[in-house]
Amino acid sequence: MLKLSDCVIENGNFTLHADLGIEPGASVAIIGPSGAGKSTLLESIAGFRPLARGQIHWQGTEITDLPPGKRPLAMLFQDGNLFPHLTAEQNIALGVRPNGQLSPDEQGEVQTALARVSLAGMGTRKPAELSGGQQSRVALARVLVQRRQVLLLDEPFAALGPALKTEMLDLVAELIEGTGTTLLMISHDPQDARRITDQTILVAEGQAHSPVETAELLDNPPPSLRNYLG
Amino acid sequence: MVERAQPVSPLPGIGAAALVAALILGTLAAVALRAEAGGGFGPADWAALRFTLTQAILSALFSIGLAVPVARALARRRFPGRRALIALLGAPFILPVIVAIIGLLQVFGRAGWISDILGYFGFAPIRIYGLHGVVLAHVFFNLPLATRLILQGWQEIPAERFRLAAQLGCNGMAMFRLIELPMLKRILPGVLAVIFAICLTSFAVALTLGGGPRATTIELAIYQAFTYDFDLGRAALLSALQLALTAAAALAALRFSRGDGFGNGLDRPIRRWDGGAPIADALWIIAAAAFLLLPLASVVISGFAGLFETPALVFRAALTSVMVAAASTVILLLLALPMATAVATGRYGIVELSGILGLAASPLVIGTGLFILVRPVANPTALALPVTALVNAVMALPFALRILVPAARDVVSRHGRLALSLDMANMTFFVRILLPRMRAQIGFAAGLAAALSMGDLGVIALFADAQIATLPLQIYRLMGAYQMQAAAGGALLLLLLSMSAFWILDRGGRWHAEA
Repeated sequence: MLKLSDCVIENGNFTLHADLGIEPGASVAIIGPSGAGKSTLLESIAGFRPLARGQIHWQGTEITDLPPGKRPLAMLFQDGNLFPHLTAEQNIALGVRPNGQLSPDEQGEVQTALARVSLAGMGTRKPAELSGGQQSRVALARVLVQRRQVLLLDEPFAALGPALKTEMLDLVAELIEGTGTTLLMISHDPQDARRITDQTILVAEGQAHSPVETAELLDNPPPSLRNYLG
Repeated sequence: MVERAQPVSPLPGIGAAALVAALILGTLAAVALRAEAGGGFGPADWAALRFTLTQAILSALFSIGLAVPVARALARRRFPGRRALIALLGAPFILPVIVAIIGLLQVFGRAGWISDILGYFGFAPIRIYGLHGVVLAHVFFNLPLATRLILQGWQEIPAERFRLAAQLGCNGMAMFRLIELPMLKRILPGVLAVIFAICLTSFAVALTLGGGPRATTIELAIYQAFTYDFDLGRAALLSALQLALTAAAALAALRFSRGDGFGNGLDRPIRRWDGGAPIADALWIIAAAAFLLLPLASVVISGFAGLFETPALVFRAALTSVMVAAASTVILLLLALPMATAVATGRYGIVELSGILGLAASPLVIGTGLFILVRPVANPTALALPVTALVNAVMALPFALRILVPAARDVVSRHGRLALSLDMANMTFFVRILLPRMRAQIGFAAGLAAALSMGDLGVIALFADAQIATLPLQIYRLMGAYQMQAAAGGALLLLLLSMSAFWILDRGGRWHAEA
């Protein structure tokens, strides 16, 4: 269980409270008005933003003060998910070993990951030589080889356009299928939340609420969510 | 709040900064302790102080007075070659002083082009040695810098202001008072302070064009106390005076000036609607270009003739210079890269401060201090070349940091989170991400450092004996021996070496670089 106990996150004048638990293997959407603190919540879980108060546990172990790379999670940001001067293969290799120096076996792992995101044979291209969708696929292939138990998505596909975004989210769902990976994704689109996730955390009015069934929440939204959904 | 995690450690940079601070402050302490206050300043020392201040003030005023109309002309005219001319204005920064001196002598000297023309009409030749020679050379070096800085001010005036003024029917003086004068009032004090500070530490110009009791700068007096009298106490006393002067001027320059001289986007002409004075503008641009290009052209022409009569020791000195420049560049990068990294990862103002310490101390002052420190344990002459490489690197450090720090900040803020989330080690981030992403800036900084070191005629003059010489020192010795042909050949060689060192490193940094 990913457990946030009595957490307070401060960002300038803005304060977010979170006291909730997420079951391992769950797929959870984070939804709420813009500026409510969705990214702030993910950044704190990932270790990029320290807590003002409270603890974070994963499977009973406290991870509150672990540096980002030592936490059992991988994260895709809104942008900057690839190093522009490294090839697709080199970018993925950093997920296997952070120094990028791989054994032949591990090289094979990289090729397998490339094939799973349908980029076989494109490993030597640099990000600038790939389309936006292909760049997202490379980032996903790296997440795959990182083999982390939790995957955080901070709207990495927002710039892709509706059809491609849907395709990428389906690919995410397909890739983590059966691996037991816990997925937390920020979403602006209730349809995405319904299709990919079974639970949703509502972030509104300085509070990150406990996850509830996605369909139930969206069918009977509380006032704060109703205003946002329109 | 807890400090945010960073993908790379600031510790090596803090270490490098501590080394630089120890070197500079240590040498300054040595100077201060050795200075013989008991002796006090003699009349010659006061004369040196007076001359140093006079020439620096005159040089700054002339540079600015001439730069304003040139910058104004460049800001409002479009013509073929404008970009090249503005790029050329950056060249004197890496032009070896001794090369420019030879060019200026060939144009303005007693036997120069202008004296020849004057003689044809029955006038006496120009006397270039002394105050006006020193000021002339300083204007040659600083007019381009002043023009670039002032041009930057012009470019920063929003286009809307000119549009509004045009709509109101402002012309000529009205336009100048409304828009341009306020900008100049804001910019000029900084430019004046920067050039004044640069001219205060002038050594090579005073060494070649000054001299004598009436035209000796403090830097030159330090050198003379060393080489003629070997009076370390007096050299140290003069160094302390020079230090107080440069530190005050550097503080003033930092206080008044904002941007740097490397600003981009200077090649964009401003669209404006008043006619201005096209003929006057053209004359200013042509005169400025001729003033910069004629001496260089003269060095190239006479150098070709002299190159074949150049003695072998010039080529040996050239080889020495290349090695010193290479060592200096390596030292600079070893110091500047960790320091830029440390500054980029957080609020390490102390690292930045030690980076600009070099601006407050002049090469001769540091040289004097090192000499005092080294002499009890080793023969300073034997260390002439390593000391030169080291001092050159420390002197280039402020410029290198100005180039590297913004780039390092950008890489850390752009890629730091991803590296952290991948659990990338400090060293891996530094080698695989930071260095490749900063290649262009590293190349530029290395190019500047190599060219500055190649052309430097400063601390080497203090330490070298007759057996060792870098190319600039060898050229100076040839001039002293009136072997002007050989000196001109050496000057052309030095010009080629400096410019190609800069070009190769700068190009190397941008070669196949990804956007």
